[in-house]
Amino acid sequence: MIFLTVGTQLPFDRLAQAMDDWCAQNARTDIRVFGQLGHLNGDSYRPRHFEWAEKISPDTFNTRVKEARVVVGHAGMGSIITAMSFRKPTVIMPRRAHLGEHRNDHQYATMARFKSRSGIFAVEDSPMLAQRLDLLLTTPDTAAGEVGNGVAPFAEDRLIQRLSTFIHNG
Amino acid sequence: MTQPPHVLAIASAGGHWVQLRRLSPAWAGCRVTYVSTDPQLRSSVLADPGDAAEVRFYAVKDANRWQKLRLMVSLLQIIWIMLRSRPDVVITTGAAPGFFALRLASWMGKRAAWIDSIANAETLSLSGQMAGGRCDLWLTQWENLADPDGPSYSGSVI
Repeated sequence: MIFLTVGTQLPFDRLAQAMDDWCAQNARTDIRVFGQLGHLNGDSYRPRHFEWAEKISPDTFNTRVKEARVVVGHAGMGSIITAMSFRKPTVIMPRRAHLGEHRNDHQYATMARFKSRSGIFAVEDSPMLAQRLDLLLTTPDTAAGEVGNGVAPFAEDRLIQRLSTFIHNG
Repeated sequence: MTQPPHVLAIASAGGHWVQLRRLSPAWAGCRVTYVSTDPQLRSSVLADPGDAAEVRFYAVKDANRWQKLRLMVSLLQIIWIMLRSRPDVVITTGAAPGFFALRLASWMGKRAAWIDSIANAETLSLSGQMAGGRCDLWLTQWENLADPDGPSYSGSVI
């Protein structure tokens, strides 16, 4: 299973369509795709080659990530942190402001900061996505679905300590 | 025996919320009121209270800065929650609902901390910029954004 997530708010047509095109060209039955596409508008792209929903519950979201072989997402921190915590190979495509995909380019900055982490693969367009997916799905390592570098379950200790001190001592 | 501090931990659903939950060891032993924008988060919060002494959850309307009416509803809900739960400390990772709670905290004479989202690696979020000077602890998760006159840096959620 490939799990596509673009968050629950804005649609991300370019990524939804890139995934749909990949599915159309790879009419394979051994790998299914499910997508969470966000709050769609009347003219938003609606994929025809894979199953999707606008929003799934947070619990279902975690289950989808956990069960995925590969996660494909926008460069949103909810998607990235969740995918990393389950050590999933994660392909991220940032939303761009000049294409009207977000109000600014913070996702591009996020991609730049996270793309060097193992298990995170940055792509900028549809051909790069297809190429990366083909590669990941033919690499035996990813069959285990656990190539990401993973993250500890909680924030860095020094941040926790700073907040704890603040709560108790002001 | 004095009661443990009461923390109001608030964040919009999605990335902000995922980050807030990763901070939860900071309020181990405290009474915690969680506030977010997705009512479906309630079950996971109540099922996993962590080391908190007591946990409550409230959902408020989701809104961004362009949705004025929804913002107003969200603000009223947060005012009601703040008055009802009277927290000692407000902790937020953003966005709009967290900013509201932070402003209300300062009006109520309570302490508040803003932890700007890790998604803002090159500039602070707009609400994060507005939070500066209006909270008692102002943090960024990126060292390059720390500034003696701005937010401090004390590590990140991952």
